[in-house]
Amino acid sequence: MNEVIVGHISEFPERSGRVFRMGTLELAMFKLSDGTVKAIDNLCPHKQGKLSEGIVCDHHVFCPLHDRKINLHDGLVQAPDDGCVETYRVEVDGGGIVILFLKDGLGTKVS
Amino acid sequence: MKKKLVMIGNGMAGVSFVEQLLKLNPNRYEIVIIGSEPHPNYNRIMLSSVLAGDASMKDIILNDWNWYRDNGIQLLTGQEAVSVDAEERTVTTNAGVTLAYDELVFATGSVPFMLPLPGADKEGVIAFRDIKDCETMMETSKNYRKAIVIGGGLLGLEAARGLINLNMEVAVVHINKNLMNLQLDETASRMLKAELESQGMRFLMEHKSARITGKERVTGLTFEDGTHEAADLIVMAVGIRPNARLAKESGLEVNRGIVVDDHLQASIPNIHAVGECAEHRGLTYGLVAPLYEQGAVLAKKLAGVDSGGYHGTVLSTKLKVSGVNVFSAGRYTDEPGTKALRVQDDLDGVYKKVVFENGKIIGTVLFGDTSDSSRLFSLIRSGQDFTGKEKEVLFGPSGGGGSKTLSMEDLVTAMSGDEIVCGCNGVTKDTLVEAITEKGCVSLGELKACTKASAGCGGCKPLVEAILTTTLGADQVTKVKEGICGCTTMSRDEVVNAIQQMRLTTTKEVMHVLEWHNPEGCSKCRPALNYYLGMAFPEEHGDEPESRFVNERNHANIQKDGTFSVVPRIYGGVTTPEDLKRIAIVAEKYQVPLVKFTGGQRIDLLGVKKEDLPGMWKDLDMPSGYAYGKSLRTVKTCVGNTFCRFGTQDAIKMGIDLEKKFERLDTPHKVKLAVSGCPRNCAEATIKDLGVVAIDGGWELYMAGNGGTRVRAADLLVKVKTEEEVLEWTGAYLQYYRETANYLERTSEWAVRVGLDTVKKALEKKEDRDALNARIDKTLDLMQDPWKQIIENDDLRVAFDALTAKGAVNPEAAAANESK
Repeated sequence: MNEVIVGHISEFPERSGRVFRMGTLELAMFKLSDGTVKAIDNLCPHKQGKLSEGIVCDHHVFCPLHDRKINLHDGLVQAPDDGCVETYRVEVDGGGIVILFLKDGLGTKVS
Repeated sequence: MKKKLVMIGNGMAGVSFVEQLLKLNPNRYEIVIIGSEPHPNYNRIMLSSVLAGDASMKDIILNDWNWYRDNGIQLLTGQEAVSVDAEERTVTTNAGVTLAYDELVFATGSVPFMLPLPGADKEGVIAFRDIKDCETMMETSKNYRKAIVIGGGLLGLEAARGLINLNMEVAVVHINKNLMNLQLDETASRMLKAELESQGMRFLMEHKSARITGKERVTGLTFEDGTHEAADLIVMAVGIRPNARLAKESGLEVNRGIVVDDHLQASIPNIHAVGECAEHRGLTYGLVAPLYEQGAVLAKKLAGVDSGGYHGTVLSTKLKVSGVNVFSAGRYTDEPGTKALRVQDDLDGVYKKVVFENGKIIGTVLFGDTSDSSRLFSLIRSGQDFTGKEKEVLFGPSGGGGSKTLSMEDLVTAMSGDEIVCGCNGVTKDTLVEAITEKGCVSLGELKACTKASAGCGGCKPLVEAILTTTLGADQVTKVKEGICGCTTMSRDEVVNAIQQMRLTTTKEVMHVLEWHNPEGCSKCRPALNYYLGMAFPEEHGDEPESRFVNERNHANIQKDGTFSVVPRIYGGVTTPEDLKRIAIVAEKYQVPLVKFTGGQRIDLLGVKKEDLPGMWKDLDMPSGYAYGKSLRTVKTCVGNTFCRFGTQDAIKMGIDLEKKFERLDTPHKVKLAVSGCPRNCAEATIKDLGVVAIDGGWELYMAGNGGTRVRAADLLVKVKTEEEVLEWTGAYLQYYRETANYLERTSEWAVRVGLDTVKKALEKKEDRDALNARIDKTLDLMQDPWKQIIENDDLRVAFDALTAKGAVNPEAAAANESK
């Protein structure tokens, strides 16, 4: 497991997406209104829309291209559509540092 | 393992069968569809709308490519099946692909019947059957004038109407003395002919075509009586015949069509036929409703569900030619033993005929007023006995005028469950009732979304509503309201009233106080609420970027690949060499892949990375053109009297003044303006949300035009004398639109919904206009250029950059990365 420091919680406006890039990896990260931060692949399974640009409601994001609704907890596209995106564990430590947990192997994508 | 289902044909009947099969048993088959046209399944019935310009090719696609992919269906387009080996159970296509099947379905439809006239192979002689034929007609109309349609049936008249809309001169040749003689009686036929003649169609009745003249391209048509008619295009619409050639070659029993039993089984096991290519009990069908009924029966059979089989269909026809309402169903001609009830009103052009046999309705013809069509059609199918009270069917219980004895609700009760309500999508009464009772649909909209009923031509809407009322009870339906989105049952007006009366100022407050179902709303209501709040309380409401669509949040238009486009403000479309130079330098510096002029006379820089946006804005040093916003987009102008010898007023100055005054304004949807300097209207002001046309000594203001999806010519709002008055009326009009329209409703839809007269009345009095202008001015005063704001604010600007790793928490992993 790789743990990567993404930045400080103050860099995340509430209910708005930020893009995180590392090597070929591109994630959409969101601070929800409960203060937690979520990370998913920045690619809608429908037509590859940038989910980082979507409207965030509670723990869902709506794809900006065709309005697919995606659950930020498990990455599942909500009915009536289907599909899913990869989710990543994120934690905010006591000092407000946002830490992203990457699965083994993902780090090797970094050149 | 899944069984293999191969279907030959990718048309409406076949694909509807597959849809129904997937609903019943989605996992039973691996499905391959062979289609000869290079398109996914489209609505062939709507081709006439495409020709008439009411729909685009895209609008008539029924199942797009994604549908095939999402359902795991392999679609071979542009291929034709050329042989079937019934013993080995394989199908081979002209591309040399051989497919094994467990079940084979012929859905090959029909082919247009081409009269074997000498010269029928010349260029410019076509049928009216598919998208290609439509394209040929549109193409031909650009260079040629005269068209002949052979055939005065349903299809021929639709083709003729389409060609008239394409500005061609059209003569319809018909062999019979009555138009649509298969669907209409003589009286209705005569009325139809008169109506179509008034629309510019010319008829050559009882003419028999003999030979087509011309060298390579057609020049005309000669008739058996020796007369001749010139033509640049001949469309043959004399009928269709089932496409059963391959079936015949494969050894299946074929008469007119592929012979099938009540379960659509053809004469060889594991082979079925559905749709226009099939012949059932000696009949072939060319209309959509029976084909869907057949599809439903076959779907049940192949899904392993019991069905009562297919027993034939009572036919009904609705003519879709614009402006003419015609309907016929069943046996409508007078025969021995039948009695007809007729109403003929030549003054209003209305004709109704209902034919009875032994007290039961067996057929009907309606012309001019077809509002009774679904009621009468149901009565034919229900077989209800009206002995002694036949007249009540048209006149109600008193026998003359008054209300109808049989309400829609009575009718619904009498309908059997498997009766098709929506012919376009093959939805039965049972399906609708199930959607209401089991899936909880409580409104027409929900039923439509759930079952597709009334999503086609919409003709069955009254019947669907009646089923809803009878199933739920009238009070249940009236209680149910369509909210602005799934998060609430409150309408736009209720929400806006609540905002104003309770002085709510944030979306969070609105959702909390009005008890939203979802705590943070959805992508539909959040932007709407943010707009309504800003409109109601421009000063108190702080705009919520997180509740705006991506484009309005980034002040640029997102493209399909995630890049953005940049359109700087160019007031009135008038620029300078300096500005152009600056734009060119910026485009080069940021390696902009595409620089394009927009339809609104502005310059669009496309393909920009999000990170580059703030830098480009800074280098451009021009205000945002708002090409992304629900806002004033552009004011298009012609050159006006500045240079033009026809110009009567200074259109450029008027346009620039309007754009400077109303730029940055938040509106329910985008707003486009134009100013033309004379009635020649080069700025196309009459298809704008507000169009200004200069006349000698004044200005005309046009409202609620639209040049988009649904073209709408603008209506005259007012004539004024001075430029100040133009600004005054425009301000009042825009503010009235801002205050009364639904979010995402263009002025063209809004004005029609609230009524053009309502809008005119609201702006009639000077004091009303002044009040509206006071409110819009207050809003305008608060608006700032967003590009400038972002450039000047570090926090805002940084949000455009991507985040990167600031370091690894786990030192080992970091070391591992560094060593690579």
